[in-house]
Amino acid sequence: MVDWPLLSVIIFLPLIGGLIILFIKEDEISSNNIKWSALLTSVGTFILSLILWLQFDYLNPSYQYIEKFRWFNDFNFYYHIGVDGISLFMILLSTFLTPICILASWNNVKKRVKEYMLAFLFLETVMIGMFASIDILLFYIFFEAVLIPMYLIIGIWGGSRRIYASFKFFLYTLLGSVLMLIAIIVMYRNTSSMSIEFLQGNYFAFNTQIFLWLAFFASFAVKIPMWPFHTWLPDAHVQAPTAGSVILAGVLLKMGGYGFIRFSVGMLPEATELFIPLIMTLSIIAVIYTSLVALAQTDIKKLIAYSSVAHMGIVTIGIFLVNQQGLEGAMMQMISHGLVSAALFLCVGVIYDRMHTREIEFYGGLVQRMPLYATVFMIFMLGSVGLPGTSGFVGEFLVIVGAFKFSSYVVVGAAFGIILSAVYMLYLYKRIIFGTITNDKLADILDINFREKIILIPLAISVIILGIFPNIFLDPMRLSLEVVISNYEVANAK
Amino acid sequence: MLNSIINIIFIPEIFLASTSFICLLFGLYTNKNSFRQTCNFAFLILLSTTVLIYFNIGSNFANYDMLFSKSSFINFFKILVLVGSAASIIISKDYFLGIKLINFEIPILLLFSTLGMMLMISANNLMSMYLAIELQSLSLYVAAAIKRDSLSSAESGVKYFILGALSSGILLYGFSLIYGFTGSMNFDEINFYLLRYENLNLGLIFGLVFVMVGLAFKVSAVPFHMWTPDVYEGAPNSITAFFAIVPKIAAVALIYRFCLVPFENFYLEWSQIVIFLSVASMFLGAIAAIAQSNIKRLLAYSSIGHIGYILIALVAANDDGVKASSIYMFSYMVMNIAIFAILLSIKVKNEYLVNISDLKGLSKSNPIVSLSISIIMLSMAGIPPFIGFFGKFYVFIAAIENELYVLSILGVLASVISAYYYLRIIKIMYFDNKNNEEQLIFKISFQSKVILSLSLFIIICFILYPSLLINISASLTI
Repeated sequence: MVDWPLLSVIIFLPLIGGLIILFIKEDEISSNNIKWSALLTSVGTFILSLILWLQFDYLNPSYQYIEKFRWFNDFNFYYHIGVDGISLFMILLSTFLTPICILASWNNVKKRVKEYMLAFLFLETVMIGMFASIDILLFYIFFEAVLIPMYLIIGIWGGSRRIYASFKFFLYTLLGSVLMLIAIIVMYRNTSSMSIEFLQGNYFAFNTQIFLWLAFFASFAVKIPMWPFHTWLPDAHVQAPTAGSVILAGVLLKMGGYGFIRFSVGMLPEATELFIPLIMTLSIIAVIYTSLVALAQTDIKKLIAYSSVAHMGIVTIGIFLVNQQGLEGAMMQMISHGLVSAALFLCVGVIYDRMHTREIEFYGGLVQRMPLYATVFMIFMLGSVGLPGTSGFVGEFLVIVGAFKFSSYVVVGAAFGIILSAVYMLYLYKRIIFGTITNDKLADILDINFREKIILIPLAISVIILGIFPNIFLDPMRLSLEVVISNYEVANAK
Repeated sequence: MLNSIINIIFIPEIFLASTSFICLLFGLYTNKNSFRQTCNFAFLILLSTTVLIYFNIGSNFANYDMLFSKSSFINFFKILVLVGSAASIIISKDYFLGIKLINFEIPILLLFSTLGMMLMISANNLMSMYLAIELQSLSLYVAAAIKRDSLSSAESGVKYFILGALSSGILLYGFSLIYGFTGSMNFDEINFYLLRYENLNLGLIFGLVFVMVGLAFKVSAVPFHMWTPDVYEGAPNSITAFFAIVPKIAAVALIYRFCLVPFENFYLEWSQIVIFLSVASMFLGAIAAIAQSNIKRLLAYSSIGHIGYILIALVAANDDGVKASSIYMFSYMVMNIAIFAILLSIKVKNEYLVNISDLKGLSKSNPIVSLSISIIMLSMAGIPPFIGFFGKFYVFIAAIENELYVLSILGVLASVISAYYYLRIIKIMYFDNKNNEEQLIFKISFQSKVILSLSLFIIICFILYPSLLINISASLTI
């Protein structure tokens, strides 16, 4: 362990970098300085978060790197942060994807570079802060503050219908999260504590649990998103700039899954037990329905957006199985989806930067001109499908194994969804990459350049590492997840 | 003898009144136009009155036969009123000079209305309460119509006057009923008298309803809000700033004191009225503001919405409610000072900004200003980490403490609706492309700049050390 406030430094380093950028005067020459400072800040944060991982004690299921001091005098609110096995990889995902996002927008963001970088660094601070909070009010503040930079990113640098998409994103998610605020206050009133650690061991009356569960559900089901609350996602994804989609799919959706594990399953076990059939039904509908919708898309980004909803359906199934395989599978699926869907959006970004269209029909035969691109795209496509050896396989496999303990209908539903995912992804790949070039405009398209290699190759490597050595990731989270499961089982055995 | 005179002079209200008269005489007997000087004087007077209140000077003096009372709650709100009033005089000085409306009476009118508000907050008797309300209202009627050659200003003054007079009449009728049925005008005595009853009799209920209507008019709660958008729109911008910042604070304090002191034991009777006022204000404020194209009307509806939240804390009727009200009003004041300091400094085509659509492209020409407006708007919408969130948060804590679940859920839903129009302003500044070539000119005086930076600092940095304000609010007693 380290004896300096490592976690606080990781949280606030991006913000400090952002403040420095704020005072760089923006003109033609210095926009490079702005980009470099943003990149260095985020890379520095990533390196620090690796220290976090290296020094992490696998055998300790509770929070580590705890920092705590009193924040509000009158209530029991603390600035209380720490990391456990569940939040560790969420934080790593955020710190890993932010520098990639900044690199990905190196050349294609031309207007308001300063505000753009500022928004991303602010976003990184609030994302990490949210995953690291142990105080529930602190969590809420970060959870909502995420909306501000994301609203601006979609609205300023987005596509043609960006205003509609940004408003829909903001208001939809705000509607969910304000109900969570009420739930948080009710929790506080019942226990006089805001500590997530304490609340997880606390028992709420059954009726209160149901109310609280529904309020949290409203917030996380919108965020993750579950069918039928997913309609904001395709709009937001399609209209957002590439880096915005990456961070949205990579990290922001995980906030929902993280919240389900921490709050719904962790704090409200009996209500969870009651609502499991609802969740399973919605998840299976999501997996199958959104896969079919994805199959019908003509816009690449929209297709990947719908595939995200389907993948998140697998995650919610895994979480609400509440057994070891299910939860570990859900976590793996979240990490894997964070990398794979982010990478897929980046791949779309690569050809969008060259051709300025995302219509599937426009492309075809890219392998002739872009062999390297075809290769990395294939890795991510297979990761998304869940081919053994890639990250997607581990999560989906574990969830299905876990689901056998619960109900074979769920297994059939989930497996059918996974087959459909192979259908739409392979079909997409065939239409874009294979064949001969029929469109003249593609005749002199260039393969990925050095910057894009730097972005895509680390992602490809991590997708494969995750697939071959899942234990690197499963070991740290195992004990923390076991605590969640045993709490849940004890509460429901009563 | 001398000692007691000094004591009397340093009672904050008397100090304010006498110095205001001196200010008036000064303005009257100087040859050249003394608008600037009276403004500065008014500012100094307000600040020194604040100091007097803060250090509790003259507090051990008589309460004038219980006409007025003293408590930490009263002092806190008095300080808010004085600070808000001082800030609004400073930020509007340049505006008055800009539109050449330089009557030296303006700051003095505002001083007198501030005096009325201070008396209003501390009133402990129906009669003193009524007289204080009239003192502040009469000054404000004149202030609304001060731009004599402008039709809209005169119209807003007349509207305000007629509706204000009507509400005062209703208020007075309510007072007479309460007096008739209890035999006393004093708040504590009314409370003591009512203790003997299980239920209020019909006459008292009528009296209570009439008074609540009058007070709802003063805080501009729906359905007695009609005057607000019109008066905000018609009055000169700087007077609108004053309207938005100061009288609301005093009226909120008054409605709190009226409900929680004489009628504290009849919670059930008045809470029904307040719940309706609160829900209606939140939703009407949120929905009506969406369609506005005039920024002053938008802020009027926004203030109506804010009043709805404040009334939730009143319905909670516990210590947390009092605490929430003070935190909310503080944040409300700071946010309004900040937004008006900006609005009073933006010119489009040599006119002061009125239409929201004129803000287009502001983020290009003045990035810092548009960033500030965005922060204020997000804070008003109650998005963390800004101060507005904590105001709402404390309101909901108070409400849930009293198990007002439905009311709090309605409250958060209204806050989502209202987020739309706050976001719309950000959208206009950042997302919309500028199609016209008129340059927005942002010119701000040094003093306003100080006030603006200070209030922005409070809005952003409140989260870092909230205890400073919260400790004070937690210790307030009504």
